[in-house]
Amino acid sequence: MTSIAKTLHKRKKIKNNLKIIQEQSSFAKAQKMDVPEGLYEKCPSCNRTVNMKSNIANDYICKHCGNHFRMRAIDRIRYIVDEDTFVEKGLGYITLNPLFQDGYEEKISHYKKTTNLDDAYIYGFGQINGQQCVVGVMDSYFLMGSMGSVVGEKVTKSFEYAVYKKLPIIIFTASGGARMQEGIFSLMQMAKTSAAVAKHSKMGLLYISVLTHPTTGGVTASFATLGDIILAEPGALIGFAGPRVIEQTIKQKLPDGFQTAEFMEEKGFVDKVVHRKDLKKTLAQLLLMHRRVA
Amino acid sequence: MDILAKERKVKELEKQISELGNSEAVVKIKQEITRYKEKEMRKLSAWDRVLLARHQQRPTAMDFIQFMAPDFIELHGDRLFRDDHSIIGGIGTIDGVVFTIIAQQKGKSLEENLERNFAMPHPEGYRKALRLMQQAQKFKRPILTLIDTPGAYPGIGAEERGQGHAIAQNLLEMSQFTVPIITVIIGEGGSGGALALGVANKVMMLENAIYSILSPEGYASIIWKDSNLAPKAAEVMKLTAYDLKEFSIIDRIIMEPLGGAHFDKVKTFQDTKNAIMEEFNKLRRLSPTELHYLKNNKIRNYGFLQRFNYDNLGGIKR
Ligand SMILES: [Zn+2]
Repeated sequence: MTSIAKTLHKRKKIKNNLKIIQEQSSFAKAQKMDVPEGLYEKCPSCNRTVNMKSNIANDYICKHCGNHFRMRAIDRIRYIVDEDTFVEKGLGYITLNPLFQDGYEEKISHYKKTTNLDDAYIYGFGQINGQQCVVGVMDSYFLMGSMGSVVGEKVTKSFEYAVYKKLPIIIFTASGGARMQEGIFSLMQMAKTSAAVAKHSKMGLLYISVLTHPTTGGVTASFATLGDIILAEPGALIGFAGPRVIEQTIKQKLPDGFQTAEFMEEKGFVDKVVHRKDLKKTLAQLLLMHRRVA
Repeated sequence: MDILAKERKVKELEKQISELGNSEAVVKIKQEITRYKEKEMRKLSAWDRVLLARHQQRPTAMDFIQFMAPDFIELHGDRLFRDDHSIIGGIGTIDGVVFTIIAQQKGKSLEENLERNFAMPHPEGYRKALRLMQQAQKFKRPILTLIDTPGAYPGIGAEERGQGHAIAQNLLEMSQFTVPIITVIIGEGGSGGALALGVANKVMMLENAIYSILSPEGYASIIWKDSNLAPKAAEVMKLTAYDLKEFSIIDRIIMEPLGGAHFDKVKTFQDTKNAIMEEFNKLRRLSPTELHYLKNNKIRNYGFLQRFNYDNLGGIKR
């Protein structure tokens, strides 16, 4: 083969690979998913049945009581990031079974199929009202958004990517906490992601964390509560220990509204509770206020 | 037969000695004790180690500190809310080196345990720890943390005062300090509540200490809906020092006397002190930049995963 032919061959290969990468992007795959017309779900807040199709049209907000339903990660991105600007990064991670736990692989492959994600977190580059940033989103539909090795690695990577590109980062958290099946490896992700926040922060870059329902456990006790600015969605459950664990420990029923976003704002751990309809506008405004003047 | 039953047998034999005046019989029984311990207490199950880590007579953090740093001065309070008695902190000299020492303290009686909240810290405990560590950083003093907690306390006050935030803040700050940090897990290392004092240059564990994401009871009740299966959970969770050394989560195991640390406390303290000073003498040769770099490098590599190599992607059949 001549050298020109070789180069052309190589280019073709790279192009092919790029195509595969793009097709493998969770975003691309999940965009093909659609919600059937006749799907109904019960609103966890007011107990009325809601048509999911019309609910989605209403930004996943219950039209009866205003309850913010959980959002899938890709819907969140579609909702927050400007159209056609999102480029997913950090593809191709494979969740392993370090402690050889029974049934863990099956669980993972089940959720991979139902959510079209590699694991419970995706991130990438995007624009919000024209302003560049890195956006990361956890998906609570993937094994309760629990943080195992892959989630921890991708969260860390997203901060590193933001450092590399000198960009602000916005992370939407939704997690039941640690991934028990990965044991101590899962615990260590708390240290890893927190150190990643420090690296990004040292560069003088902005990190906004948006706490969505539910944000508990190891995620609350690491990167979720380390944002320069911490926003939360109305009614979201936010806490370290889960309500059931607390009730079992203190042998009392918890007061109404305990560990909600509003409660956390009242106690001084959330900067602002923002309604979903205002979220994009608020984020864009904050990004604009932190824009770096060269 | 678990380790506690075996221990009862040894104690029974020892009681026989004290009742006997006859020296010949005493020698015989002593030999039997040694033989029995050698045979039955050498190889322990994970659950045995859980029982030892929580043992009533197991030395607590204060016992270690009093032996290693007799001049220890305790410093109280987080300057924000109150003093949390489940975490003790202060300054002490070990082999001529002044350390900031922070530890989770269990009680020895029910009364003391209530005062210490069973070594389950509130946010103010972690904030006190952070305050003292920042002080150590200011005065370029090495930090020693001793971990022994079932976990951070899950209660109303703890949540109201931001348990998650307090732990997260410690993780972030500890990763950035440039003084040497040494951690020894002396008993229970329970979840984020333990890790919040455990982001260190060197993490060591006593042989029968445990370190895990949640208690075996919690694991069993979540996975199998039955907390009585805790012994089985302990096996599958990989929470012993040997497992964690294999995973490179910890750097070193400090051996305990046969049957557990409480069988020979002084030896345990001496061995722990030796291990700490050995590791410290290695760390003191490093510059602050090196310490920071090596620690963060270690933290960065935590995890167990795989990634497709993009260069080979073309070869994957779809
Ligand atoms: Zn509703």
